[in-house]
Amino acid sequence: MKFIKSILGWLDDRSGFSDVVMPILRHVVPDNARWWYVFGSATLCAFAVQVISGIALATTYVPGGEAAYESLLYITNEAPLGNLLRGMHYYGATAMVVLAIIHMTQVFLHAAYKYPRELNWMSGVVLLFVVLGMSFTGQLLRWDANGVWSVTVAAEMAGRAPLVGPAIAHAILGGETVGGSTLTRFFAIHVFVLPGLIFAGIGLHLWLVLRHGISEMPKVDEPVDPANYKEEYEARLEKTGVPFWPIAAWRDTVFSVAVMALIVGSAFFFGPPALGTSPDPSEINANPMPDWYFWWYFAILSMLPPQLETFVILGLPVVGLLGLIVVPVLSNKGDRAPSRRPWAVGTVVFGFTALLVLTIYGYKKPWSPDFGVKPLPASAVASSDAAVVHGAELVHQKGCMYCHEIDGYGGHRGPGLSDIGQRLTQAELIIRINNGGYNMPSFAASLTATELADMVTFLETRTGAVVGKESIPSGGRVSK
Amino acid sequence: MCEKEDESVQCNADRRSFLNRLSLGLAGLVGAAMSLPPVAYVLSPLVSKPPRKWRDVGGLEEFPMGETKLVQFQDATSTAWAGDTAMTGAWLRRLGEDQFIAFSINCRHLGCPVRWVKDAKLFMCPCHGGVYYEDGAVAAGPPPEALARYPVRVVDGKVEVETSPIPLTTNDVV
Repeated sequence: MKFIKSILGWLDDRSGFSDVVMPILRHVVPDNARWWYVFGSATLCAFAVQVISGIALATTYVPGGEAAYESLLYITNEAPLGNLLRGMHYYGATAMVVLAIIHMTQVFLHAAYKYPRELNWMSGVVLLFVVLGMSFTGQLLRWDANGVWSVTVAAEMAGRAPLVGPAIAHAILGGETVGGSTLTRFFAIHVFVLPGLIFAGIGLHLWLVLRHGISEMPKVDEPVDPANYKEEYEARLEKTGVPFWPIAAWRDTVFSVAVMALIVGSAFFFGPPALGTSPDPSEINANPMPDWYFWWYFAILSMLPPQLETFVILGLPVVGLLGLIVVPVLSNKGDRAPSRRPWAVGTVVFGFTALLVLTIYGYKKPWSPDFGVKPLPASAVASSDAAVVHGAELVHQKGCMYCHEIDGYGGHRGPGLSDIGQRLTQAELIIRINNGGYNMPSFAASLTATELADMVTFLETRTGAVVGKESIPSGGRVSK
Repeated sequence: MCEKEDESVQCNADRRSFLNRLSLGLAGLVGAAMSLPPVAYVLSPLVSKPPRKWRDVGGLEEFPMGETKLVQFQDATSTAWAGDTAMTGAWLRRLGEDQFIAFSINCRHLGCPVRWVKDAKLFMCPCHGGVYYEDGAVAAGPPPEALARYPVRVVDGKVEVETSPIPLTTNDVV
């Protein structure tokens, strides 16, 4: 025991741990910095999960061509604990994104970004974007059909940039097409470049936290005045401050344990996201979809008028980054209490509502044709008339139902047709089907006169009446 | 050189300034030497364009007149470890004895794979609902341009499609 103590004492003396590290751990923090302040350290904990699980995964993952997919299958289905590890890496990423956003929201609501902590906020914003970059590149490393097509979409989006667009797109792809050099690039970015930036960013962020101290809980009667803030802060700390370790830190560790339990529990009970089909860019039955934290952006891009698309694709990330970075430049003094900052509260409420609504839209993706739609069942057709039955078959066969919903069946890209018989006359139906309309192609070339007549006859039966009770149109039959 | 005492202060300042610049300059040189080759290496795909290649996609008899079929072939930039990822595809339609059109499978909106809906005679994109007529012209949805086409030829009874870059909406490579 004595021998071990003497070794530890020697190490402490030579390394300077007690002289340098312990004062940092025991630096004085405000005593009211309680549960609100645990999200930053929990984000760091999630990052540690990512680093450790990522290193373990990298010992088996093969970042090249189709071997990547094979190695992922091995990790998921055969390797001991591989499934759990993939799950931890996935839910760790989710936790990191969510916690970083909660941490930033808390800092924004409490105006902790004001003097003298402007750079803390700015470095945090950059870190958030790098974390999102990690999430995106990580999704691509799940190198299945979805990964391949997501790279293609990313390259197409970058290709919209004026002048340098094609060069950026080809730099992303590692050539002019998806191939052997594509995945290796994203692997290098995901495993070396972005983590390096995160380590550097966290280092700067923590250094700034130590330099300027943890902000206090906002009080209505304590607005920030750069002229005397530091003196007042120091004076208050002297009176009521407590050492970070262990008085404040225990909450961080307890919360981090809860986060860890959630990550490991989710990985254990739900497992990692399922792998899609193999990464073959000639396989056309793919429907690329980003991971859930990008669904809101996916929804925005899908619902924009086409003329605005390029501006939003290229501009939104830049405007988002700059808009967040300049927050403390626009206002670095004055009130911190949320009760005195209704615009800040409103911004958060509006932002999260928009994010939630868009995320739900992104999940439902009503703009996408439903290729898997089944033919209308007899109960929905609700007629034994041969023309009506044939018309019902045709609306499925000709792809109408990919975009239009009829009595609960079909896609949502176009307007529902359950009551089309009431909204359009026979002549209008014929014109619309033959000529097309807003966002609808013309079917004149793909329908015979008989087919058109039967389709119209069927559509006329869609009057919005309860299916099965009324089925025969009141109008006359279309002549063939 | 700096013999007098009052000159030596100035002399030291000059020396420090010189050494300062020298060290910064050399550090910059070292930095450039270690970063330029890797940066150039990473960006090399931008300058080294692979030669296009004609790929055999099947015999004439495999393509009935008027039908549109998916053909799959290796692109030009295949690397030894690429495997399936070096594959690409085209929608090939036979118009006449030796006449074909090969459409790119990439939607001109954001590059997603378009599907041929035979009965509707339409190409449809699953991502954002882009729709094209059978001649590749935009029929509905957000695509700003018609489907790109690949060069096709018939040699000794074999249909060949020329490899091409992924069509980007902002350029006209294809």
